[in-house]
Parts: sequence; C-alpha cells; structure tokens
Amino acid sequence: MILYSLTFYLFSSVAVLSALMVISAKNPVHSVLFLILSFVNASGLFVLLGAEFLAMILVVVYVGAVAVLFLFVVMMLDINFVKLREGFLQYLPFGALLGIVLVIELGILFLTDRSSNIYNNQTPLQPIVSEVENTKMIGQILYTEYFYLFQICGIILLVAMIGSITLTLRDKGGVKRQNIASQNTVDASTAIEKKKVKIGEGI
Amino acid sequence: MITLEHYLFLGAIIFTLGVLGIFLNKKNLIIILMSIELILLSVNINFIAFSAYINDISGQIFAMLTLTVAAAEAAIGLAILVVFFRNLGSIEVNKINQLKG
Repeated sequence: MILYSLTFYLFSSVAVLSALMVISAKNPVHSVLFLILSFVNASGLFVLLGAEFLAMILVVVYVGAVAVLFLFVVMMLDINFVKLREGFLQYLPFGALLGIVLVIELGILFLTDRSSNIYNNQTPLQPIVSEVENTKMIGQILYTEYFYLFQICGIILLVAMIGSITLTLRDKGGVKRQNIASQNTVDASTAIEKKKVKIGEGI
Repeated sequence: MITLEHYLFLGAIIFTLGVLGIFLNKKNLIIILMSIELILLSVNINFIAFSAYINDISGQIFAMLTLTVAAAEAAIGLAILVVFFRNLGSIEVNKINQLKG
C-alpha cells in the first residue's frame, strides 16, 4: 500500500510539473518534449488504475503519433518564438489568479461530503486482478455493446484525415493531368488534321 | 491510501494548467494546441479513475473515444496551423482576423 501511494505521488508530481513546463517553456521544442513526459507519466497512472491497454494506447498514440506530429510542425515552420512570448508576463497575474481560484473551487467540490454517492464505500485501490485481463474485457464490450461508437470513431478519424489532406494540399501550376472525357470524345475529324506542305519547307 | 479524490484532484490540476496555458500564451498557436491536449488528458484521467473505482469497464471505452477525438483534433489543428503560416508567415493568434468578425 505504501509502495502504491509512493508510485502515485511520483507519477502525478512529475506529470503536473511537466504540464507546468509545457505552458512555461521558452522553446516550443522543449514544450513538446515535456508534453511527452507528461503523457508517459499519465500512462503510468493508468497502469496503477488497472487500465493497461489504455496506458499502452496512450503511449503509442500520443508519444508515437501526436507528439511527433507536433515536433514535426514546430521544427518545419520557421517562427520567431521570442516575439511570440511577448505579453506572457502581462497576463501572468490575471492567469495565476484565475488558476488558483479554479483549483480551489474544484478541490472544495471533491472534498465535500457525498455520502449518498455510489462510490462512497471505496475500497483501497489495487490493480484490478480478475480472471479476464483488461484488453480482453475491453474487446468483449467494445465490439458488442459499443459497436456503433467504435464505428463512429473510425468515421471521425476518416473525416480528420480527409480534412487535413485537403487543407494542406497545394495545387501546383504546370502539372499535366489526364482528361479522360476529352480523350473519349476524340474522333477522326478532330484527331487528324491535313496540311499541304510545300516542298523544301517545314510546317 | 490513495482515494478517488486524489485522482480527481490531479485531473483538476492538469485541467487548470491547460486553461492557464491558453491564457498565458495568447500568441503562440502551437502552445494553445498543446494546452488543449493537456485538458483532454485530464478528462482521460477522470474517466479511468471513475472506471476503476466504480469497477465498470465502460469508462475506459469512453476514454478511448476521447483519445480518438484528441488525435483528430491535433491533426486538423496542425493542418490549419500550417495553412495559416503559409498564408501569413506567422502563427500569432491575434493576426487571425481575416473574417472581420
């Protein structure tokens, strides 16, 4: 139990600190790297909660795809980042005040008495050790009860893919493309042209 | 002993940091997108913590839906960012006033 608490505090403190660094780092490349650290620690917390499959998905999808996409964009665009940080200190007092108020309010919300709620009689949390492992449990419910949700996820990803391709597609001039309709309408009268060529001259 | 409140409080702190990131980096569109990712991460932490404490696997399914939406949002957001940079040569948010809204 002590080890569980220690692990929780380790993972959550690193996650919070790196989230803080994401929004305060001077260099956006560092921000992306701290975002990766935050996600890896969150996936450690997911393992603590007994959600191994989602922990691995988080590492694969976020660290492997989204963070690398961010890194790619940050490094590809040639941006003057010093200019972009102007006004950071100007908004800091207001932002800090707002953040403190938000955290205190949410904290009060969680610490109030909720004696009638279903999760009131909490047992000390252990990783759920059941006969069926986590991945199999998700698979059993995802393809039966939540099948439409699964398909909607696929459609969302398809729309996102089509959207980002059409947004960034650049139509370069001077590219010759096949026009099938005009090819099919060609007949002998338009395809062949007769010319009288004088002897000793070109066309 | 770690209770549900610990996890909810962690989610609240990360959510607040994400909101703060949007406030403080008002000019840098990339940091704003990363802050949105942090907010969605806090949502995921809440979903999975509730799923573990209520002992119901459905929460993890919805966390997967959140992950999908976050990935789609990042892809489209970064595509818009690239187009914006190509047209204006900058990613300052306060220069996005083409629609004169």
